[in-house]
Amino acid sequence: MRDEAFTVLSQLVRDRSGLVLARDKEYLLESRLTPVARKHNYMTVEELAQALRRPAAPDVERDVVEAMTTNESFFFRDASAFKVLRETIFPALIAARSAKRELRIWSAACSSGQEPYSIAMMLDENRARLAGWRVEILATDLSTEMIARCRAGVYSHFEVQRGLPAQLLAKHFAKSGDGWVISPELRKAVDFRPFNLLHEPAGFGAFDVILCRNVLIYFDVDDKAKILNRMARMLAKDGALLLGGAETVLGVTDKLVHQSGLIGVFMPTPPPAPRLATAS
Amino acid sequence: MTKTCLIVDDSRTMRSFARIALAKLGFATEEAADGSLALEACRRSMPEVILLDWNMPNMNGIEFVKELRQTPGGGRPIVLFCTTENDVARIVEAIDSGADEYIMKPFDTDILASKLSLNGLI
Ligand SMILES: C[S@@+](CC[C@H](N)C(=O)[O-])C[C@H]1O[C@@H](n2cnc3c(N)ncnc32)[C@H](O)[C@@H]1O
Repeated sequence: MRDEAFTVLSQLVRDRSGLVLARDKEYLLESRLTPVARKHNYMTVEELAQALRRPAAPDVERDVVEAMTTNESFFFRDASAFKVLRETIFPALIAARSAKRELRIWSAACSSGQEPYSIAMMLDENRARLAGWRVEILATDLSTEMIARCRAGVYSHFEVQRGLPAQLLAKHFAKSGDGWVISPELRKAVDFRPFNLLHEPAGFGAFDVILCRNVLIYFDVDDKAKILNRMARMLAKDGALLLGGAETVLGVTDKLVHQSGLIGVFMPTPPPAPRLATAS
Repeated sequence: MTKTCLIVDDSRTMRSFARIALAKLGFATEEAADGSLALEACRRSMPEVILLDWNMPNMNGIEFVKELRQTPGGGRPIVLFCTTENDVARIVEAIDSGADEYIMKPFDTDILASKLSLNGLI
């Protein structure tokens, strides 16, 4: 692929999603964009790139960006993260919110929906304690195609067997053709909306828990910092941000602090204690 | 220490597929072609894990797991059903009979690994 074509395509993907593609990812561009080129009647990826030098139809641009993002996900991904949620974070929040009786959770790059549905299943275990509460789970992703999949709540034979205990499959899913569909109650429990993390979230409100896992890994430091600082502001003082197991805020932002002993868990940095006047 | 998985299935092909997948995941394996042979194997030496087919001659998977859970030491092994039966009612029946997990065929090594790790085995 010529440098020029690579630049046009990687720039578009970067601008729209934040995903930074290094030059050695050229094969990935080539293999994932060939079907997109065909779909829009271009002979080659180079031709597609050529067309994108001028403002192109928005659906071509969208298809290019969505083809380059990775959507892999599974239920209860990273057992340790969900263990911390179940055993530490949710019990503390449920105790702390017993007067307000409100809990707000945001799954910020939800892909095909396994992450927010796992949260919904976990909160369902606390159904009795949460009776009468306002529990909101907001789930967003850049990809409109993924959001449509999430809303449908249909998973393949293989997807329902990765990370999901059989008891929960039996409890919350029904067979649907070759696959399985999640219960209407759980579908109602999650509010799915398209949203780009590079944009300013308007009207989202504050959250007790934000999950932003396995998405910022390929973003550059500036975008990462902007997004994490925003999330720090959107979190309740005693709220928690969960990143992927190998992700950190170190060297990116000082608005969040790692919770020692809890892998991937961060809390807003407390404001500095008021300095005592010192006698001079 | 290496954990042992007893593979209980009347299909030789299935047993060999499971044997290879389990070996990749670091397990030692033993095999039995039906429930009653599996019970004998368990009475000789209790494995850590049992991968259990449903429909088999002599003694099926459900009969086996009920029997196993009554056997001294038989409460210990983690029992994973592994079957083409894929109704919600069947899953519930298997769990109620004493199984810990349920794999629907066809499966791959990722699924097997996921189910084993859900039960703290890897
Ligand atoms: C690998 S998935 C992670 C799914 C889930 N959080 C998990 O850990 O299993 C990454 C998701 O991030 C989404 N994504 C990529 N760039 C994004 C952006 N700028 N805004 C919102 N979502 C984005 C992709 O569409 C994809 O679904």
